[in-house]
Amino acid sequence: MTQIKTIALKEFKDYFISPIAYIVISLFLIVTGWFFFSTFFLYGRADLRDFFALLPITFSFFIPAVTMRMFAEEKNVGSYESLLTMPVSFTHIALGKFFAASAFAAAMLVPTLSYPLFISFIGSLDPGPVIGGYLGAILLGGAYCSIGLFASALTRNQIIAFIIGCAICFTLTIIDRMLFFVPERLVPVVEYLGANAHFTNISKGIIDSRDLIYFASVIFIFIFSTDIAMKEKN
Amino acid sequence: MIDVQNLTKYYGDFCAVDNISLTVEPGKILGLLGPNGAGKTTTLRMLTGFYTPTSGTIRINELKMPEHTLEIKSMIGYLPESAPLYHNMLVYDYLDYVARLKGMDNPERRLSRFKELGRLCGLSGIMARPIGNLSKGLRQRVGLAHALMSDPDILILDEPTSGLDPNQIAEIRDIIKGIGREKTIIFSTHILSEAEATCDRIAIINKGKKVADDSTEHLKQNARHRSVVRLTLLNAEITAALTHLKAFDPGLDITVTDTPASEGISFELCCKEDKDIRQDLYLSIKKTDWIVTELVRQPLALEEIFHELTREGA
Repeated sequence: MTQIKTIALKEFKDYFISPIAYIVISLFLIVTGWFFFSTFFLYGRADLRDFFALLPITFSFFIPAVTMRMFAEEKNVGSYESLLTMPVSFTHIALGKFFAASAFAAAMLVPTLSYPLFISFIGSLDPGPVIGGYLGAILLGGAYCSIGLFASALTRNQIIAFIIGCAICFTLTIIDRMLFFVPERLVPVVEYLGANAHFTNISKGIIDSRDLIYFASVIFIFIFSTDIAMKEKN
Repeated sequence: MIDVQNLTKYYGDFCAVDNISLTVEPGKILGLLGPNGAGKTTTLRMLTGFYTPTSGTIRINELKMPEHTLEIKSMIGYLPESAPLYHNMLVYDYLDYVARLKGMDNPERRLSRFKELGRLCGLSGIMARPIGNLSKGLRQRVGLAHALMSDPDILILDEPTSGLDPNQIAEIRDIIKGIGREKTIIFSTHILSEAEATCDRIAIINKGKKVADDSTEHLKQNARHRSVVRLTLLNAEITAALTHLKAFDPGLDITVTDTPASEGISFELCCKEDKDIRQDLYLSIKKTDWIVTELVRQPLALEEIFHELTREGA
């Protein structure tokens, strides 16, 4: 456990030592803020529905950008070797990096808390969907982080890691809008695979165990695959 | 105690390490010698658990890989080739990170260890500098501090002196010798004098195969048995001198070396058997009117053995 904590802390601090954190957080704020507020005053509704509706798409580009360096950079610089020869297991490393990335995804969301704060001043905001939305956002962020980590563990090239990560996240995001390509029998299966529907449920304020299990399984499957990818490469 | 039996590693079809067995007794230093690409780094990486061997067994202090990989890793201090480190971290932060990962949870113990290592590896002045700004030699020292952090029983150093200036090489060598009294050390190098000066035992590998494995003393003695005699003659003519030497001992291996004409003709005579030919040689030359200006017996350096062993099949 201490190893996981040490690795997670180090990786999390790493974001803030380099300019990555500040650039990514600012860009994220600009993009989400722009799309959200461009229509906010037209509709005149005191809720965050549009903000959360866009989140799966923005996350599928931002999160792989955050996680792409986690393994690829270490392999490229060679510090991967020092790390693996210390008394830590593959699972410690994968989990440590996963928690660091998820914490960073959560940190990206912190400045957006000013939106509900601001809206609650100008209108009556229903707190349920907002709390649900942030909970869902953290689960979604965690799931995409595990995907990004897996992509990073596959290669020593950060750009390839980013593209693979984006591709998987984006597929999970839009797959439930592509249902008309799918044979009728498979529709419920593919529908369940899409991240968007599960996230939308939670962000409406409905906490259903099926959605929680979905995110937990995505996280588990991709951390497990990361573990396997690391073992296979040696 | 390091015990390696029949270690083999394939990268696809390429055999990087072919059936190597090594043992290092506690408190001994083993030098792993070999030309570039011989398989030194691959061997060491398997010992540290970074690579999984294709076949063969590794036992370290009676614990076997891969069942006890975590325990083994905590007993080993490893300095990878060219000491790769996190460039954006400060030296102190990096050492702190390493210490925590190696299970040193007590902050006071960490601090006292940093001070010790700072003195031992000469890091005291650079603790607050980012690793990316350090020179190669300083980075190598941070890497060494990393390897020594938990005071491990076993040290595995991959070319610890590569890329350093002569002073730094001497310093690192002293550190290795100093800690080698109580630890088991394997280090790889392609500098022979270094292995000769620091190791108790030398293993030479070439193209993934072990071609020699003996104590340094033994290897040197073997070398000494096969000696070279340097002879310089004034007033002599090459062809006449060569015929004379051939007549003296047909088994001699004679090479004429380049010397300025004013200093006469120089020969290097390599004798196949273990005997000193100087006396007989002098007596036989005495009969002619040539003047002997040089007659020295030079022991074959370790280098010659290395050349011979690693050139075969090249």
